[in-house]
Amino acid sequence: MIAAPADDEPLIRWDWLARNADDIGGMLADHVYLSVVPVVIGLVIALPVGLACARWRWIYPPVLAVTSLLYALPAIALFVVLIAFTGLSHTTVMIPLALYTLSVLVPGVVDGLRAVPDHVRQAAVAMGFGPLRRLVQVELPIAVPVVMAGLRVATVSNISLVSVGALIGIGGLGELFTDGFNRDFPTPIIAGVVLTILLAVAADGLLILVQRLLTPWSRQ
Amino acid sequence: MNAILNALRWFGQSEQWSGPDGIPQRLLEHLWYSGLAFAITLVIALPLGLALGHVRRGRAAAALGFAVVSSANGARALPTLGLLILAVLLAGSGVGPTLVPLVVLAVPPVLVNAYTGVRQVEPQIRDAAEGMGMTGSQVLWRVEIPVALPLVLLGMRTAAIQIVSTATIAAYVGLGGLGRYIIDGLKRQEYDSTAGGAILVIALAFLIQLIFTGLHRLSVSPGVRLSASH
Repeated sequence: MIAAPADDEPLIRWDWLARNADDIGGMLADHVYLSVVPVVIGLVIALPVGLACARWRWIYPPVLAVTSLLYALPAIALFVVLIAFTGLSHTTVMIPLALYTLSVLVPGVVDGLRAVPDHVRQAAVAMGFGPLRRLVQVELPIAVPVVMAGLRVATVSNISLVSVGALIGIGGLGELFTDGFNRDFPTPIIAGVVLTILLAVAADGLLILVQRLLTPWSRQ
Repeated sequence: MNAILNALRWFGQSEQWSGPDGIPQRLLEHLWYSGLAFAITLVIALPLGLALGHVRRGRAAAALGFAVVSSANGARALPTLGLLILAVLLAGSGVGPTLVPLVVLAVPPVLVNAYTGVRQVEPQIRDAAEGMGMTGSQVLWRVEIPVALPLVLLGMRTAAIQIVSTATIAAYVGLGGLGRYIIDGLKRQEYDSTAGGAILVIALAFLIQLIFTGLHRLSVSPGVRLSASH
């Protein structure tokens, strides 16, 4: 139905990109905001929930059942259901993303805390560490690699999911997709795909760096 | 609360239950596209992942394995909407071009979980099987795949859910299925149709989750289940 671009029409029109650089920059900033805030919210909620699940083991199976169900919900469905409650706002896009982050991070926190070897915990107790100090200075640092792995997954998939929000008009770089589709014009779409991937790679690299700083002992 | 009532009322209207835009027809379309994409995904990813996990010797196998694992991480960064639109703009609308992004996004989770599942089988178990005189393919079919099954199923579940939700978005580029209610409802600002479509898609995702939980119960050997719970 829709013809491929004519021969004289290049796949990417660089002049269009140059002319719209400001708008694209704004979308990029919006994209970062829409994907990073839910990660932070998800992390803030996942830490206490994960701690509770690691401490009282019977809570974990039902919590895990809920989080894996949450993760299965299609983003577009959640967006449009939320429109009725939060309207066409940034919140509508960020709530589902925060839920996805939560459902990735809770198992991460629990697995991370369970990965703390028992002799390490006992050594901390023997050195006179109370429960809180043991948690902050011993258990959480040991859990960092597993938690960070979850954080990387959540961040990267949030960055790719934000663009689905363009279907309800709030999608950061995703708006380049709908724009290109409406005008049958590949340049903005290719730019959007490339920028989304670059953003994901940059965010992932940043998180790897943070992990290195948080776990200096793992460097050889 | 009004929104939920409106959506419920939408389900009650008789025109939702017959004709080309009726729920049964749209559901069938959705299942057909998703099933097709899922079948293609399994044909590509399962043999490749299992075989790569099984072959452990050689530098080439290790390099391929690394590529497989990175592909899964990379695929997560791909924006589904962008890929769908790009496929349709470059290759034309229709089911064929739309299936390509669906498969591209679903292959990595199946591939990686099949690969790591087989790869993670403990060497002692494998040695014992070889010591009993099993051939390479017997080890794969009777030992490695049964032990890897929980992870293989997890990969398949992830892929199935990914496909169903991407197929919903594909309504934007003209595909039928349940996504039509969402996309058309948004365009016409008929939010009861949008919410109704969303509820249907969510129910479908839940159903898939349930099916895979059932499959896990039925097909994973009790011994493997026991060792996984520890």
